[in-house]
Amino acid sequence: MRPIRQVFAVARKDLAIELRTKESLNAAGAFAIAILLLFSFAFDPDSEQTHRMAGGLLWLVFTFAGALVFNRGFARELPNECLDALLSSPLSAPSLLIGKALANFVMLIAVEIVSLIVFGIFYNVQWLNRPWELAALCVLATWGIAILGAVFGALTVNLRLRELMLPVIIYPLLIPLLIAAIELTNTLLSNQPLTPDQLLWGRVLVVFDIVFTSLAFALAETILVN
Amino acid sequence: MPAAIELDHIWKFYGDYPALRDYTLDIAAGSCCALLGRNGAGKTTLLRILAGLTHFQRGAVRIFGEKPRSDNARRQLGFLGHGIGVYEDLSARENLRFFAEIAGLTASLKISDAWLDRVGLARVRDMPVRQFSRGMRQRLALARAFLHTPKVLLLDEPFTSLDDRAIAMLSELLLESRNRGATIILSTHQIREALSIASHVALIENGRLRYSGERTQEMLDDPGFLYRTHSAG
Repeated sequence: MRPIRQVFAVARKDLAIELRTKESLNAAGAFAIAILLLFSFAFDPDSEQTHRMAGGLLWLVFTFAGALVFNRGFARELPNECLDALLSSPLSAPSLLIGKALANFVMLIAVEIVSLIVFGIFYNVQWLNRPWELAALCVLATWGIAILGAVFGALTVNLRLRELMLPVIIYPLLIPLLIAAIELTNTLLSNQPLTPDQLLWGRVLVVFDIVFTSLAFALAETILVN
Repeated sequence: MPAAIELDHIWKFYGDYPALRDYTLDIAAGSCCALLGRNGAGKTTLLRILAGLTHFQRGAVRIFGEKPRSDNARRQLGFLGHGIGVYEDLSARENLRFFAEIAGLTASLKISDAWLDRVGLARVRDMPVRQFSRGMRQRLALARAFLHTPKVLLLDEPFTSLDDRAIAMLSELLLESRNRGATIILSTHQIREALSIASHVALIENGRLRYSGERTQEMLDDPGFLYRTHSAG
């Protein structure tokens, strides 16, 4: 129970700081809304083609907004050498990494909810047709993005160009997850039934989450201390 | 008395520069060792190695027979480094509560409040740390390090920014910790305060251990004695 308690303590602490400072949420939310708004002017929101690319647009916005959130994750620990205080405390390295990922996840889900509302309004898309499937998809894909963001956020925290390095590293690794999420989102937004082929994309998301969460557990000590 | 901390022929390099050279020291359980030395002598590096925050190239370190990064060793460790290790955007109470929770303390709020009272920050417990003075931050950092009643305390310049009352409070905390059997290593330039609490003294110079042994009355009477007698210059 103790590691779980530690995970929630780290996530709660990060979210409390974020709610007070709104450093990441304001930037990520504003970015997501601005991009969706601009694209609604660039393309005809009512056209079939725009609807077909809706999934791609949404997940690219979520991923770019995510990078703004992840950059702050471990950077928050640098002032006053808080990371040293954490690493020398009884907190285990995997708990710290998973706690950070959980905070990333909650913040990114908040950005996604705001983006979906804006998206529904400006693109005339009924995204509430299949809310539970869409929610499950968002949870699976967002966890994958969040855990990868936490792992590489920890690796790049001491780099001078971390704001630049983090997206450069994580975007290529996110390609399989993004393809799966885009395929499934397009199907759900167009209210078509999920075929066995498309369910395979769901499995890709599950496998991606399991692989990177396991890697985070196994390599947490090396990533954070070495 | 068995050794709580064992440093066995430690070599630590920053690039080509040897920050610690063949450093060997055993610290008995329940003792308080004042780590003395001039700026850049290697005191902070040594404390960071003991806290499991810095890697070293050669040698071995054991805390109660275990590596510093082991779960068991970290559970018994209280560390105060150069940074105060608390969050500016959280209140003093939220900070301590968080560190109490990750240490696995069940009554985290009660313990946090008790410590805030102890370090004289009860009145400002809900104020964000951002608004604290340097001395108040240091007192909060001390509360964080002592919070889970660790068996080993590693304190890097703990007297920094403290006024006379806070220094008395810290001295009292250190004596209490010694009485309950905690092992303490503190690095400081405030030799008089450190020697009044310490049972042992270690003098580092250019990464080498120049002197290690019990604190004597001579040192207490004349704080410059140690440097004059054992320093190479």
